[in-house]
Amino acid sequence: MEQFTHILLLFVSTVLVNNFILVRFLGICPFLGVSNQIGTAFSMGLATTFVMTLTGMASWLINTFILEKFGLQFLETVTFIIVIAALVQFVEMFIKKTSPVLYKALGIFLPLITTNCAILGLALIITSEAYSFIESVVFGFAAGVGFTLAIVLMAGLRENLEFADVPGVLKGVPITLLIAGIMALAFMGFSGLIAM
Amino acid sequence: MVNIYIASLITLGGLGVILAIGLGLAAKAFHIEKDERLELVENALPGVNCGACGYVGCAALAEAIVSGEAPVEGCPVGGSSTAQAIAEIMGTTATVGEREIAQVLCKGGLKETLTTVEYQGIQTCKAANMISGGTKSCQYGCLGLGDCAVACPFDAIIMNDNGLPEIDPDKCTGCGECVRACPRNIITMAPISKRTHIRCSSYDHGKVVRQICTVGCIGCGICSRVCPEDAIRMENNLAIIDYEKCTNCGLCAEKCPTGTIEYSEILIEAI
Repeated sequence: MEQFTHILLLFVSTVLVNNFILVRFLGICPFLGVSNQIGTAFSMGLATTFVMTLTGMASWLINTFILEKFGLQFLETVTFIIVIAALVQFVEMFIKKTSPVLYKALGIFLPLITTNCAILGLALIITSEAYSFIESVVFGFAAGVGFTLAIVLMAGLRENLEFADVPGVLKGVPITLLIAGIMALAFMGFSGLIAM
Repeated sequence: MVNIYIASLITLGGLGVILAIGLGLAAKAFHIEKDERLELVENALPGVNCGACGYVGCAALAEAIVSGEAPVEGCPVGGSSTAQAIAEIMGTTATVGEREIAQVLCKGGLKETLTTVEYQGIQTCKAANMISGGTKSCQYGCLGLGDCAVACPFDAIIMNDNGLPEIDPDKCTGCGECVRACPRNIITMAPISKRTHIRCSSYDHGKVVRQICTVGCIGCGICSRVCPEDAIRMENNLAIIDYEKCTNCGLCAEKCPTGTIEYSEILIEAI
């Protein structure tokens, strides 16, 4: 039971308190780049969640069974990049073969995520926090959910923004960055929620 | 100490080899039968990914052509030769309209117009147009900073010594990038067989045009009256030609008092 509570707390704290985008500031590029429409933003979030969960798993396995065993922790960045890239390639092939519908939905986003800093950040945080296997998987999944939450919220705001009377100088990118800042401030409000 | 080098080499190298083999096997195992025409069509396309067809790139257009979504003559850049090659692959015939190339509707270079302002800001037409309205006296004419030449994916536009863009009809494919790049909208697409072009875009009154440019259209309307096909109309002090009606007789160019209308003797060979 205690284990379960711990996992649940980890999940909530990763989604809200330590949100990858708005608190850790990882993955800003897709956050601003693909948040024009709720539909595509959600697809992006879905693909990212998927890859992040896999990454959580893979990085823990690699770190525990290869890097720590041979005392090669200094190679973690390089190793993670190789493994994640190969993994995503593999997943892409697999999905293309088994589910063309899902492949169409994720589309270009899947290979794009490979080189996203949020993914590498996730792998590095897992090793530095010394999470267990289950914790790593939950952490990866929760990070993806947090990412999806932030990007979909942003897309919703930006869709409404299309109809708003924005002053000329702030149109487009400036108002988007302002909104991102205010959203990050709002998420700071969660910081007292769970002490972790 | 040496051990660590060897260990890292073996680990990373081993990982690389294992992943490469794994991916190679996976590619075989998850191989999907693709339409073999897809690759052929893609190879037949120019491959510059200019986007003139309205798709993301040549690969996207190839996919659309194979799936029947786009016509075989969907690539405006490749012209008839490309369309025919694709039609052959797809087993149909292509009907191609005439090739269009870009025409610059301004003749007012550094010699013909006055330079009223010295501009040292960002060296693009777009910036100059926003800040000072350009350095030349004419508010409708070419700014001369070469946004079109930069935009051209085929290197068909060169800025000449007179500060005007020159279009190489052999290289121009009619993709329209320059038309979109020009902040003054003085570039237009015209069928390649048309020889008569009214090279002015100024809506100023004749008196004003005379003061600021030696080759501008003064809106006298002689060309419009002399044209046997009624292909030229006067609009806001500017003569505008209708390329569909023009029969290349060249009368208007002969009568134009300012030499704004250009009639090229050599017919550019239709490719």
